[in-house]
Amino acid sequence: MSAPRTLFDKVWDAHVVAQEPGRPAVLYVDLHLVHEVTSAQGFLALDERGLMVRRPERTVATMDHITPTDPGAYAQGLEEVVTKTLSTLEANCRKHGVRLYAVGDRRRGIVHVIGPELGLSQPGMTIVCGDSHTSTHGAMGALAFGIGSSEVGHVLATQCLLQRRPESARVRFEGRLPAGVGAKDMVLRLIAQVGIGGGTGSVFEYQGEAVRGLSMEARMTLCNMSIEAGARAGMVAPDDTTYAYLQGRELAPAGAAWDAAVARWRALPTDDGATFDREITVDVARLSPMVTFGTNPAMGAGVDEAVPSPDAMPDAASRTALGKALDYMQVEAGKPLLGKPIDVVFVGSCTNARLSDLREAAAVLRGRKVKDGVRMLVVPGSEAVKRDAEAEGLHETFLAAGAEWRETGCSMCIAMNGDMLAPGRYAVSTSNRNFEGRQGPGSRTFLASPATAAASAVAGAVADPRPLLDAGGAR
Amino acid sequence: MSAENPSGYPVPLRSRAVRVLLDNIDTDQITPARFLKSTDKAGLGEVLFCDWRKDPAFALNQPGARDARILVAGDNFGCGSSREHAPWALVGWGFRAIVATSFADIFRNNAHKNGLLPVIVPPAVHARVVAALEADPAAELEVDLPARELVLPSGERAAFPLDDFVHHCLLTGLDELGYLLAHDPQITAFEAKHP
Ligand code: SF4
Repeated sequence: MSAPRTLFDKVWDAHVVAQEPGRPAVLYVDLHLVHEVTSAQGFLALDERGLMVRRPERTVATMDHITPTDPGAYAQGLEEVVTKTLSTLEANCRKHGVRLYAVGDRRRGIVHVIGPELGLSQPGMTIVCGDSHTSTHGAMGALAFGIGSSEVGHVLATQCLLQRRPESARVRFEGRLPAGVGAKDMVLRLIAQVGIGGGTGSVFEYQGEAVRGLSMEARMTLCNMSIEAGARAGMVAPDDTTYAYLQGRELAPAGAAWDAAVARWRALPTDDGATFDREITVDVARLSPMVTFGTNPAMGAGVDEAVPSPDAMPDAASRTALGKALDYMQVEAGKPLLGKPIDVVFVGSCTNARLSDLREAAAVLRGRKVKDGVRMLVVPGSEAVKRDAEAEGLHETFLAAGAEWRETGCSMCIAMNGDMLAPGRYAVSTSNRNFEGRQGPGSRTFLASPATAAASAVAGAVADPRPLLDAGGAR
Repeated sequence: MSAENPSGYPVPLRSRAVRVLLDNIDTDQITPARFLKSTDKAGLGEVLFCDWRKDPAFALNQPGARDARILVAGDNFGCGSSREHAPWALVGWGFRAIVATSFADIFRNNAHKNGLLPVIVPPAVHARVVAALEADPAAELEVDLPARELVLPSGERAAFPLDDFVHHCLLTGLDELGYLLAHDPQITAFEAKHP
């Protein structure tokens, strides 16, 4: 009998290629996801040494960060730097025999949406990408984390990374999740509780009844934002929900290989008696819809809770930080954000642009209108999400409400493709970062769930979605 | 004068320091996303903290800041995106060390690969560094890479943690990709039995 191990321990141990004393582990990477913004310098490192990609079949590339979401944009011609970035990725993939889902491909989408959707991301894998939200794939029971461009080069060349073993932390969500709140609210609560650096050096494993009850897509939302607490990765142990999601997907194992894989995956969950370096408990029994009020994702509260006052902060540094954030946001302390007028609503990003997210937003919007003067963008997470949403008529709900139904991409999450907020304007966004200027220079972002975003679009101000969900008619 | 060791890292690194004393400085502030479209690293030093630099009172706009090689920041420096453009921009400006009480993981990983040293000091040492620079903004700090120590203007030497392997790489010029490539036989053996 070996000692009880955590899910993380099992995945880590199974990928250590070599470990010399005093040196980091050489860790094998099962799946390397690549996009246009952080890969060029990695490929360049190979060119400089005359190397080729070691395992092109374990490398998959897509275009998402800078692709326009305006359907007419390609016809009008793209900015030169955009064309150059996209064609550089194309040339690199062609040279190295790497699969690329380029613009026009039916499998294209935001890198963290298409991995699980195509069945590429699987339990027990190590998955990396030059993007911090790679933590999303942890929902599959994989160890998935973001890396820099130098490391992208390392993985391209050797399929390995040098890594020190991180610490493990169990994050237990306690209590039954109330109606009208979901994974986005859970993770914003967690981040508010532990802080933006609260997970530094750790891999989170999410446990508890509330997590078990989440769909795969909701688990992806939860794991996606692990990085916003500073965690290296977030993981959920695979279970029947995972297998049901994965079975039959285009690139998932099939037939006898599927059965063998499931048998392996069933051994992955954390053993009874395994210990974690840290334990974190989040009570969700009375969770209300969360909205951020400040300039990092930890500055969040229930939509009906008062924005804290800098004077109430425990130390000088947090007083300064909160004061600066509220000043930037032009938000008043001491009262809830509820009713704060907004200019734009963005439903999109690898956090919340999967089919279930669009359904959630559409459920609130059905039979209602986006408030006059408010612009609402709905940006599906992938071509497949777009097709599925259109097949069930969600786009008609959005269009009838006065929202824009756009092409897939990262869009206003990172504001690199022309979709952005004007200086000083407010957005309620389903994305993951509310840093100063994240959605355009001078932009102000309130992060929230798709339901809260849609309710805010209707109200023209930060709103609580629960009354609209209760009112029915919206279902 | 500082000599260079095989990795190119200055030993010792002695310089005046710029203070940006905020916690949780994220990589969107260090290099805003609109500057990531370029496929090379050139010119990123010029856009470092560019939105904050619009404020004439910002630290990088003060006399002497252009020559500073050391940045002093608050807690959890470099949180957010994995963009390596952040250390590229800091190094492009001329910074070779950042003194803070903690760093975000991915930033820290990216930093040392580019010859930028994350110097982690306890809050009490950090407070003494800040006090010394407040008293004399032109005072110099020294980063002693071989000893893994920060030398304050008072002469106080404060040890900082630095991974043995990273330390070794910065002192000898060993590059990580080379180290990984040397493991080719082990990687091949691993792949033969890995599903
Ligand atoms: S949607 Fe946003 S967070 Fe996700 S990969 Fe794109 S830019 Fe990164």
